[in-house]
Amino acid sequence: MRLGGMTIMNEAMTEAKNEAKNEAKNEHEPKPATGIKLTERQQRARRARSIAIAVSLGVLVVLFYIVTLVKGPAVLVRPL
Amino acid sequence: MSVTTVTPVEPSIAGVGDYIELMKPRVMSLVVFTAFVGLVIAPGHLHPVIGLTALICIAVGAGAAGALNMWYDADIDALMARTAARPIPGGRLAPGEALAFGLTLAVGSVVVLGLLVNLIAAALLAGTIAFYVIIYTMWLKRRTPLNIVIGGAAGALPPIIGWAAATESVAIEPILLFLIIFCWTPPHFWALSLYRAEDYARAGVPMLPVVAGEAETRRRILLYTLFLAPLGVAPWLLGYAGALYGVVALAAGAALIALALRVRAEQRGHAASKQMFAFSILYLFLLFAMLLVDRMSAGLIGHLPA
Repeated sequence: MRLGGMTIMNEAMTEAKNEAKNEAKNEHEPKPATGIKLTERQQRARRARSIAIAVSLGVLVVLFYIVTLVKGPAVLVRPL
Repeated sequence: MSVTTVTPVEPSIAGVGDYIELMKPRVMSLVVFTAFVGLVIAPGHLHPVIGLTALICIAVGAGAAGALNMWYDADIDALMARTAARPIPGGRLAPGEALAFGLTLAVGSVVVLGLLVNLIAAALLAGTIAFYVIIYTMWLKRRTPLNIVIGGAAGALPPIIGWAAATESVAIEPILLFLIIFCWTPPHFWALSLYRAEDYARAGVPMLPVVAGEAETRRRILLYTLFLAPLGVAPWLLGYAGALYGVVALAAGAALIALALRVRAEQRGHAASKQMFAFSILYLFLLFAMLLVDRMSAGLIGHLPA
């Protein structure tokens, strides 16, 4: 009985070691793509939106810069 | 133990055009135009960059109000032929996207106007957006046939914002322009609602023709027009505008009254209502354009050598 138990334990330990080895090996291999994959149309729409946001932010930065030049150093001084 | 089902979020297919449509560009153009007139007729000198900044902020603020209106009204927009193809009921844009877009633009336009122009104009813009979204869209629109009578105040405020951007104050002249747009809004929208009554009834929006009938709507269009036409001439009578403005306001007002009389007399069909709707836009444009011409010609004459 005791011998039989030891054999089962040894087998389980060997299996665990092999699994750990395989996991370490898999870390270096490229994983298959998971999650949401965008369609061509969704990618185009996202790109267009990103460009529009970038342009808007650019305009805002330029606007702040020019108004700072126009109003001078007291640009944020605004007594009520 | 309860099990929550998480619906995966579909990536957006909304293009830039859908977001622009969400801002109601046609309404926005009228808002920008009337704000521009308020800005130009204001006394004193305003640097063109500051003026342009104010107009951009007002335009974006108007767009924000339009986006938030479309977000809230998506359910009834889907039921009306005129609005069923809008980005949200059309399935091109998620309601959450419209809400986030509208809130971002609303906060952004008010903050930038406050930082770069002045706080009074920013406060007025914030009030206008809040009035349009909360008072008109969320409260009045689905509850009372007076929705556009009271809600019209939001669309009438831009000349005051333009004036405040230039002067950091509010005066009688922009308030007069406010009153003109305020009195213009009901006959304009009631003319539209006469031939869109089925749409409004299907969506459960209590527009005047749905609630009080066509005859009462036609009567009120005439009443408001009889009040609007003299009000349109008032800037000339009070000395705020020249004779050219007065002549155009008189002629356009008379034409508008003639159309309102035709709408009142119309028994079958909606030809007169459609004409009234179209001409009312031209009427408002003419009045404000003449104010611009008047002010610019006065400026030119002032610069002529003696």
